[in-house]
Amino acid sequence: MTMLLKVEDLKTEFKTERGIVKAVDGVSYDVNEGEIIGLVGESGCGKSVSQLSLLRLIPIPPGRIVDGRAFFEGEDLLCMKDEKIRSVRGRKIAMIFQEPMTSLNPALTICRQMTEMLELHLKMDLKTAKERSIELLEKVGIPDAKRRIYDYPHQFSGGMRQRVMVAMAISCNPKLIIADEPTTALDATIQAQLLELINQMVQQSHTAMVLVTHNLGVVARYAQRINVMYAGRIVEAGTVDEIWEQPAHPYTIGLLQSVPKLGAQAGKKLVPIQGLPPNLINLPPTCPFLPRCRYKSRECYREPWGELRHLGGRHYVRCHLDIRGEL
Amino acid sequence: MTTYILRRIVQSFVVVIFVTVMVFLVMRLLPGDPVLMLVTSGELQEFTQEQIDALREELGLTNPLYIQYVDWLRKAVSGDLGKSLLHRYDIAEEIKRRLPVSLHLGAFSFIIGITVGSLLGAISALRRGKWVDMLVTVAANIGITAPPFWLGILLIYILGLYLGWLPIYGYTSPFVDFGKSMLQSIMPIFCMSLFPIASTARLMRSSVIEVIQQDYIRTAWSKGLNEKIIVIRHVLKNALMPVVTMQGTVLRNIIGGSVVIETVFFVPGMGLLLTNSILAHDYTVVQGIILILALAVVFSNLVIDIIYGWLDPRIQYE
Ligand SMILES: Nc1ncnc2c1ncn2[C@@H]1O[C@H](COP(=O)(O)OP(=O)(O)O)[C@@H](O)[C@H]1O
Ligand SMILES: [Mg+2]
Repeated sequence: MTMLLKVEDLKTEFKTERGIVKAVDGVSYDVNEGEIIGLVGESGCGKSVSQLSLLRLIPIPPGRIVDGRAFFEGEDLLCMKDEKIRSVRGRKIAMIFQEPMTSLNPALTICRQMTEMLELHLKMDLKTAKERSIELLEKVGIPDAKRRIYDYPHQFSGGMRQRVMVAMAISCNPKLIIADEPTTALDATIQAQLLELINQMVQQSHTAMVLVTHNLGVVARYAQRINVMYAGRIVEAGTVDEIWEQPAHPYTIGLLQSVPKLGAQAGKKLVPIQGLPPNLINLPPTCPFLPRCRYKSRECYREPWGELRHLGGRHYVRCHLDIRGEL
Repeated sequence: MTTYILRRIVQSFVVVIFVTVMVFLVMRLLPGDPVLMLVTSGELQEFTQEQIDALREELGLTNPLYIQYVDWLRKAVSGDLGKSLLHRYDIAEEIKRRLPVSLHLGAFSFIIGITVGSLLGAISALRRGKWVDMLVTVAANIGITAPPFWLGILLIYILGLYLGWLPIYGYTSPFVDFGKSMLQSIMPIFCMSLFPIASTARLMRSSVIEVIQQDYIRTAWSKGLNEKIIVIRHVLKNALMPVVTMQGTVLRNIIGGSVVIETVFFVPGMGLLLTNSILAHDYTVVQGIILILALAVVFSNLVIDIIYGWLDPRIQYE
């Protein structure tokens, strides 16, 4: 398996009135060709920022990529020339965003928004680009695509707009798709359909994908490996099996206990994680999950937040406790 | 869409009727009497009271007000605005001669306002915090607050009297003498377009700043588009929506301002005629001009609405 993307020590900050938000604070991971990686964590832990930083899509200012490298096909995305990174965006790495209602331009037809990518990256003329766009829309299940391509985004439902986003994302046959909570804003049944569709699309073209979500169940179903994020860092990483069978971080355990499972014993309750995620301004030097942790010991208060520890296989955890599998 | 436009046209007529009634009443409530103005001005000084009453009768000023109004309206609909009480000229004819003058200055001010204003506002927003932005912001605030008559007098003094670069009054049609027309219209158009430029620039700036923070602009960047395409295709159309809505206010400002500016620069347009006629209590002329101005405002608002509907596909005319 060849490595497609290798992110090392990515750090992104935002300057705000209340202080510096360390949204992403030293994140490292890699993605192989054709592989689906899940990125899981509560809202506000830095998932989106970590992904937007790769394509340098965070607003600067207030944002700033402080440190890190992101090698994609051997070149560092973070210090590419503007022109070069533009040729990666949409062409090699495509994104699907969370908000179906606001991610498409309300003033332009779907046709215009789809063809502009094909014209730009694949040098198609408008007519060919239109035909290709209609094919793509049919592929993602938009009924009557020939006519609907001339509609504006507000004429589509949320689920249909996300389908359009998927069609746009796959249109230039990218190597990597970053799907940032693509279904969070949708109804449950539509969520499932859309995830199936996205999965089918990336499988067909052997495209790699980073699937960002706060639902471990979703990741377990589609991904091969999982990164769990908390307070701007990865706290646990491993294959789906490793993490599902033997979760090693108290936070991951908490997440797993809050996922409904098929075939679980009757009466076994879903346990939400107590407390709130930490404020990313002025984080304590100790483990930021400490106030919410059920396994904490006195030692935790003395130790600074540690490094990722290797547990064997592809399994890593950022916690000194040995609580693997204690579900 | 068609029913919407029809409804708007009906509404527009109601507004026009209302405005003309108001003018009709207000002119008659103001202290002063056109007949006395007529009598005291020159050759008619020897009139007796009977003669004055006869004149009043002849001018139709003795009829009940509503009859006077309905009479006037009936003729106005057929294009006859009557004659000036004081000078006996045909009002429709006079307006026909003066309208192109006002239209020349007003239309230029409007076009300059929306193009220069939008451009400055967009540049300012895209270079936020840079010196261009500060310059535009300060200039826009001055432009919005500066009274046009004061500015006009200042310009006349500096550019006209002190430096002697520009003629200080008058108007020439560009078809008669293009060079002279240009020189004469620079100052009036500048004064009239300052508020449109400034207010459009200020709104456009905040509008562009808001649009570039939208999710769909991030989507556009994520597709690999360059800044030029993003600004022209994705930002401008959205940013222009509130700007177009505001042009109704700008237009009313230009029409109102033209009265002042034409007086300051002695431009023989509708505005100057209006000022003179109000001062002379020439009811019929004032009514005629206000009718035309009201129609202009109402009609242009309709056009603005239709342009807005074209810009924003989400608008539903029901
Ligand atoms: N433009 C911004 N300005 C200031 N702070 C921001 C901005 N974007 C994100 N953040 C902060 O960065 C942190 C991570 O955000 P994000 O990556 O969007 O979280 P999520 O994991 O829900 O995707 C949050 O605390 C958020 O407040
Ligand atoms: Mg997010």
